[in-house]
Amino acid sequence: MTITLNVNGKSHQVDAEADTPLLYVLRNDLDLHAAKYGCGLGQCGACTVMIDGKAALSCVTPLLVAQGREITTVEGLGTAENPGPIQKAFIEKQSAQCGYCIAGMMMSGAALLKHNPKPSDDDIRAALRTNLCRCGTHMRIMAAIKRASELMGQQAALPAAESNRSAG
Amino acid sequence: MRFLRVVSFLLTVVVVAAVGFLIIGWRSELPPDEKAATAQHPPDLVAKGAQLAAVGNCIACHTKPGQAAFAGGLPVPTPFGTLYSTNITPDPQTGIGSWSEAAFNRAMREGVDREGDHLYPAFPYDHFTWVTDEDNKALYAFLMTRTPVKATAPKNELIFPLQFRPLLVGWNMLFFREGVMQPDSSQSEAWNRGRYLAEGLGHCGACHTPRNSLGAEDRGNHFAGGEAEGWQAYAINAASRSPVPWTTDSIAFYLRNGWHELHGVSRGPMAEVTGNLGLLPDSDIQAIATYVASVMGEPSADRKAKGEKLAQSFGNGGAGLTTAAVNIGKPAADLASHPGAAIYTAACSTCHESGKAQPFGGLNFNLSTAVNAPNPQNIVNVTMFGLPPADGQPSAVMPAFGNTLNDQQVADLLGYLRARFSDQPVWSGLTDLVAKTRSGEHPVTVLASDGIERAPKNVGAKEQK
Repeated sequence: MTITLNVNGKSHQVDAEADTPLLYVLRNDLDLHAAKYGCGLGQCGACTVMIDGKAALSCVTPLLVAQGREITTVEGLGTAENPGPIQKAFIEKQSAQCGYCIAGMMMSGAALLKHNPKPSDDDIRAALRTNLCRCGTHMRIMAAIKRASELMGQQAALPAAESNRSAG
Repeated sequence: MRFLRVVSFLLTVVVVAAVGFLIIGWRSELPPDEKAATAQHPPDLVAKGAQLAAVGNCIACHTKPGQAAFAGGLPVPTPFGTLYSTNITPDPQTGIGSWSEAAFNRAMREGVDREGDHLYPAFPYDHFTWVTDEDNKALYAFLMTRTPVKATAPKNELIFPLQFRPLLVGWNMLFFREGVMQPDSSQSEAWNRGRYLAEGLGHCGACHTPRNSLGAEDRGNHFAGGEAEGWQAYAINAASRSPVPWTTDSIAFYLRNGWHELHGVSRGPMAEVTGNLGLLPDSDIQAIATYVASVMGEPSADRKAKGEKLAQSFGNGGAGLTTAAVNIGKPAADLASHPGAAIYTAACSTCHESGKAQPFGGLNFNLSTAVNAPNPQNIVNVTMFGLPPADGQPSAVMPAFGNTLNDQQVADLLGYLRARFSDQPVWSGLTDLVAKTRSGEHPVTVLASDGIERAPKNVGAKEQK
């Protein structure tokens, strides 16, 4: 069947079975390789994306339920030339070792910061508890999420500051 | 005049009744014991008290998640308003530090605090009245040797006029029977021990027996299934809907380990119970199982035969798994066009048909009590919130699907599970129930399978050092 997917603000027509995991379609049909195949059981978090602004595991998300909803992957957070605040923070804090979990960590972090711009350590731990990292870079990942929160705060403050300047 | 006479007569009756009530219900204050909080207790008595406190699951209600153990303050929602659990650490001002053993014993036996005030039956004194003086002594020794914590619970928010505690005298007259358990000499020692633990301190019925409109357990429907913290406490009598009937051995294994290969993992408030029971000796676990199995009774021949077939297919750690061999509901092929079929295939079947053994594999839904239960609340909760991981130890986990599936999709999926894995009637009002669970209109406490509470934060209750 043909299903319309909205990924990172772009609409795509996909020809696939309704029960195909969203992850397969992202990687194989749409060439979006940020979300990773880890366990295929929704237990490791490497495939995390955002659906309607909330963290969701794409390996156990049937294509059918993604239809007509807003899907965001790491590709939607920024580009290599112009990284978004979360990507900037992960680079700045050198949070990746092997890097396999990082896309999922970024998406869980992004979903957290969307509804909780100033999370506590406990909030971050709770939001990322279903994302596994085997290298042990957890402390740097925590630091990156905190840094991303700062960067987003500055970004939000900027236009206001500029408009103040022009007004003054 | 006649009218006035009737009114004055009625008024007199009311006043006399009220005064009589107060006299019957009057309990004097017991003197504060200034040395209570610092008294020494023998270590073996304290250890025994710790076991008993685990049976009573005291910590669950008397602790706010992530905060000092036994310091109280946990909101307990009831149909009559919100109660806040009290501080039962030995702090003399805000806890029970000035309570003598006699005062503690009276609270357990009669539901009256040291000052002589009646306690609300959210504190299950209707069960605790069965606890022997000897066991109360051990519980007292355990609680009085905890770290004292200064903490005052918020004021209860009850509907008028329930703030007026003497009204509880009436409740007690209607529903409360004070007194220790009388052993049944026709039953085994294990059965009597099990009954003592399950009906007394263990207060199984507080959740597993339905309550009447005045909040008292409906004794005519003993263990027929009730509610706790947004979860259904399944029927654990003849009405049990577990596809494989429970036996003494399977109950004992489940209570000891928190899972059973033919029944799945404990979750919700029951996870806390099985977690706590880990402190108990095997003989006590076996006793509780003996008693509960006898309340459940012998299953019908039909149910037993079905259960045996299921056990053959899915027992031995899932080794004999052949989904095709047994199917209680409709075959998958007949349901291929069901709106929940694709969701089940992509989201559920990878784990739930993997054949991986409990407690780490997904339970095959042919074995699921949740799918066969009259009320779908538990399967709604698990689908939406998953099973969060335990801290620092392996545990059963399940991803939460609340962000992935919308209300209609959850309802479609659960409708599919019901049709395919049970022979029970369709659940009505699923979409509405899912919506209310999502919005919090129906509040649910989410616990990891080790029983540590995850809401609102991923922090377990710890004893303050």
